[in-house]
Amino acid sequence: MSKFNWRSFLFWTLIAALLLYMTLPAIVVIMASFNPGEVLSFPPNGLSVRWYIKAVTYPDFQIAFKNGIIVAALASTLALVFGSAVALLVSRYYFTGRGLLETILSAPLIVPHFTTGFGFLLLGAHLGITQTYLIIVMAHVVLVLPFVTRAVYVSLQNIDPNLERAAANLGASPIKSLWRVTLPLMLPGMAGGWLVATILSFTEFSASLYVTASRTQTLPVAMYNYIREYTDPTIAAISALLIVITTLIMIVANRFLGLRKILAIESH
Amino acid sequence: MQNRVVFLLFLLPALLVAFFFVSALTEIFQYSFREFIPGSLDVGGFTWANFARINRPIYFFAILDTFWLAFLTALFALLLSYPLAYALVRTEREWLRTLLIILAITPLFTGEIVRTYAWTLLLGTEGMINTILKGIGLIDTPIALMYTRVGVVIALVQFAMPVMIILLATAISHVNSDYEKAASNLGASPGQVFWRVTVPLTMPGIIAGFIVICAWTMSAFATPQLIGGGKILMISNVVYLTGFSALNFPFAATMSVVALVSAFVVLALMKLMTARIENKIAIH
Repeated sequence: MSKFNWRSFLFWTLIAALLLYMTLPAIVVIMASFNPGEVLSFPPNGLSVRWYIKAVTYPDFQIAFKNGIIVAALASTLALVFGSAVALLVSRYYFTGRGLLETILSAPLIVPHFTTGFGFLLLGAHLGITQTYLIIVMAHVVLVLPFVTRAVYVSLQNIDPNLERAAANLGASPIKSLWRVTLPLMLPGMAGGWLVATILSFTEFSASLYVTASRTQTLPVAMYNYIREYTDPTIAAISALLIVITTLIMIVANRFLGLRKILAIESH
Repeated sequence: MQNRVVFLLFLLPALLVAFFFVSALTEIFQYSFREFIPGSLDVGGFTWANFARINRPIYFFAILDTFWLAFLTALFALLLSYPLAYALVRTEREWLRTLLIILAITPLFTGEIVRTYAWTLLLGTEGMINTILKGIGLIDTPIALMYTRVGVVIALVQFAMPVMIILLATAISHVNSDYEKAASNLGASPGQVFWRVTVPLTMPGIIAGFIVICAWTMSAFATPQLIGGGKILMISNVVYLTGFSALNFPFAATMSVVALVSAFVVLALMKLMTARIENKIAIH
């Protein structure tokens, strides 16, 4: 038995404290969601699911949930198609303006979301589509595209170029070799990118506040409007549901796709 | 010939997305130079007046505050994320790695509103932090955390940490642990190994993390809006206020341009610094 390692003990205590800081908000929300009264109290003086019932039956949230699903499904799927094309483009072709194009397409990571959202609102007003899903989907595709591109790009880098050369030597046309060789190997990266894009689109708030109208508002926008008017724990209940669902998705994604791979943290 | 078709097939989607994004940004630039007509969503002719208005203290301080909060958030996020990223990469226990990655990364995917709402429950005068501190007798009167800069930074740092951890973990995983072992075998203390080997080798990740979090925090909206409650104004809050309360779209556009330019200036400055620091490391 080696002697007690103080350094290691202190390090892991620090890690535990930091993890507590990161998870405390989630814990508090889940506690608050079961609060029986309208006014929150710590520690809770009972358990109740009434706020969950209110959250899932509240018409604004039902509509917003449906809107969010439609927008996220369209935006992430379009971003998947476009992002895969962009990843193939930057990993396979050299052409004039490539650097500029890459900069523009990755700029939404740096450009503040409210700026992007406001820009699309003005653009939507110009085109007369402010009340539609179309303008929301356009803004979301732009915002989530860099994440899909990155995930697919990383998986493309791991493909042995000899496989495509072999396909070409055996007489496959470029399109056929893309379809039969490259695409199947890109699938894990595409799945990871699509998942990240879906979640980011569904939870996106700052830009959505600008591009959604009251009829097309997505869930985070509806939640924000609720917080401004009411203080009861309905928001805690819906937040708790979102936290639990997200955590489950993360656990499943980690099991089947590997979060470290999706997020491009590779260990040697 | 077919190669050319495939190339165009890949190029078109990229051009389409770039076109819409550039169009949206162009709209903002265009509006930022237009005259505001009170009571109307239509805008007047060309004017510099919107940019002159930035000089007013309320807007000027909102810009300064945005920079200051972004800087503080990036700094604390860096200090708090490094140990977590290090533990994530270097632990040999698989269950611990899984636990760390799930707990550290999930907050990124729950969205701005859920996380901000959670912090309002923690930070209020009747909130959990004050209740606990009072309960154990550490304080008599609640500490003001809501509507303060401290409260906003506490929440912003927690939002920033998942991204910081991802970037730092990537950098740390690229450091061959043999270097650390070699330094240790040569008699360096664990502290020396960390400061003289690990930190310099992960400097690119540290700088990248700092830059990304600065830019990311500059675009924060829900947190200063709900936790700052109008007492802490960032550029994002000014844009929202002038855009949707006063319906002054031209000035909201002007502040958006300021935010956009600020983000890119910070990025450029830090890139310059990065180049200098990396040169220094190379010389050592």
